[in-house]
Amino acid sequence: MELANPRTFRAAREHEWARLEEILRRAEERSVRALDDEDLRDLPVLYRGALSSLSVAREISLDLELVSYLEGLSARAYFFVYGVRTPLSSRIGAFFARDWPLAMRDLWRETLVSLLLTLVGAVAGYLLVMSDHSWYDNFVAPALASGRDFSATTEFLRNALYDSYGDNALSVFATFLFTHNAQISLLCFALGFAFGVPTVMLLTMNATMLGAILALYASYGLTFEIGGWLSIHGTTEIFAIVLAGAAGFRIGWSVVFPGEKTRLAAAAQSGRTAAIAMVGVVLMLLCAGLLEGFGRQLIAEDWARYTIGGIMLVFWCAYFYLPRRGLRSHG
Amino acid sequence: MRNRAEQAWRRTLITPEGVDLNLRLADVWQRLGAFLVDLVVMVGVLLALRLVLAIVVSITGDSGLQFGVIIFLLGAFILRNFYFILLEVGPRAATIGKRAMGLRVVARSGERLTADRVIARNLMREIEFYLPVSFVIGDLASGQADWLTALAGLAWTIIFALFPLFNRDRMRVGDLLAGTWVVRAPKRDLQAEVGQVWEGSPQFSFTAAQLDVYGVFELQTLEKVLRDSRPEAIGPVAAAIRRKIGMADDGEHDYAFLNAYYNAARARMERGLLFGKRKLDKYDTGAAS
Repeated sequence: MELANPRTFRAAREHEWARLEEILRRAEERSVRALDDEDLRDLPVLYRGALSSLSVAREISLDLELVSYLEGLSARAYFFVYGVRTPLSSRIGAFFARDWPLAMRDLWRETLVSLLLTLVGAVAGYLLVMSDHSWYDNFVAPALASGRDFSATTEFLRNALYDSYGDNALSVFATFLFTHNAQISLLCFALGFAFGVPTVMLLTMNATMLGAILALYASYGLTFEIGGWLSIHGTTEIFAIVLAGAAGFRIGWSVVFPGEKTRLAAAAQSGRTAAIAMVGVVLMLLCAGLLEGFGRQLIAEDWARYTIGGIMLVFWCAYFYLPRRGLRSHG
Repeated sequence: MRNRAEQAWRRTLITPEGVDLNLRLADVWQRLGAFLVDLVVMVGVLLALRLVLAIVVSITGDSGLQFGVIIFLLGAFILRNFYFILLEVGPRAATIGKRAMGLRVVARSGERLTADRVIARNLMREIEFYLPVSFVIGDLASGQADWLTALAGLAWTIIFALFPLFNRDRMRVGDLLAGTWVVRAPKRDLQAEVGQVWEGSPQFSFTAAQLDVYGVFELQTLEKVLRDSRPEAIGPVAAAIRRKIGMADDGEHDYAFLNAYYNAARARMERGLLFGKRKLDKYDTGAAS
């Protein structure tokens, strides 16, 4: 009857709970490294001891304080014992080696939709501005155009493509471009939740602006030059924005059409895939920011710009979509 | 044993050892409190960054400006997008605010909380919080807060802010997309057992019928009353129990009476547990189930 008596049961086990509590406190406040070998050896035993105490207490004791305490202690120990133990370096390795390309492949349908929207938007912007120059102001805000419009001279437009901001400001410029673009792409993704509608609008607006600027330079006979100016960073940046849109579509789509899963399960799964994709997008935009802030300002040769842009595009496509061993989708 | 309102907040999480941890979801107020703490921390760090920028520029002049601006831009970006993520992927799975409130994030499935879940739940803050806020600030700054934009912004904010109130699990949109819950996991000490007998406390004796009036729920409510030991509660509770079990109410020794009744009733009910009898509350006649 010794153990079946709640009061003696508590007295007999209390020191074990206190020890577990103390180990957890040290591990949580500092880190696992604050635990010595003895602690690490005892921890799983103490954890199972607490769970068994909880089971016993639920059966024999009506002391609410005791049961609540043991529930709290067991939960904390559970999260610690079964928590993430892989070191950060191998998690980062797994992200680049597997998770990121897998997420990109998983999103291929959404990526195509997003790419198509961008292309349609760009072509529409281009054709509209070509047919009637007055469309230009609708697509490109005057503040953003900063003089690059149909009243400008060819010389002015050409200089805008090759002018350098001066070496000093380059790094600031690159940082600004990165943070600004990344913020927009994160927004583009998150807005996907509203059934993808705002994402479509954001993508097409961005694309029509692109088409309009292309039309402006084309009508001045500077098509080749604007292509180089755009492609050095654009292949990475526009690709990243397309992918951000794709991630947004995925979450919007899964909420509306969950398929065979429950809506909650579908949302949770798509959210996780999209989250990995978005980390990748932010990294791509970091590259794009560097290419735009440094590369484009320092390299004024058109062919060099085209080459770098082309290499980047081939690199991303190969990294994401090239079949290789060790890349299997699970689930 | 808890009453039904409390039970609605509980969620099952079975450990591999087969024990239900019976997690308690966080209240909306605790979540709001945690968020406000985090907001204060973030604004504080941002202001500190701004101050550092100003100091660097005043010392080094223009040559330090570039460096300072880069640190500031990157710092603000990281703070806005990764403050929550970096803290929640850690072993505590909680931001500073959540720690202060004794909360943590868990995966709904009971699996490990992985980084992709944490990222998904926090990137959605972009539309839940930052978007409406930047709208309002933008409008105020430009001085052309037109009614329609303001109203749309307000409606948007309200929809997302109230989202947790319209589902049983108190999930934000971010929680929905990440498959997470926010639960209570406070650090607490084991308090002394109530019902200690002391030297010279008056003796009471109860009949079996008197002890069988109540069930587990009432017993545990009595436990809380004894633990809090507030005079304005002790008196009325003692009077109510005396009336219910038909004992003369002398109005004295209220605490000692409750203490003795708690001990006797608990001992009897715990003996019942060993024989598989558990009377949930005073309405439980043991007829069903």
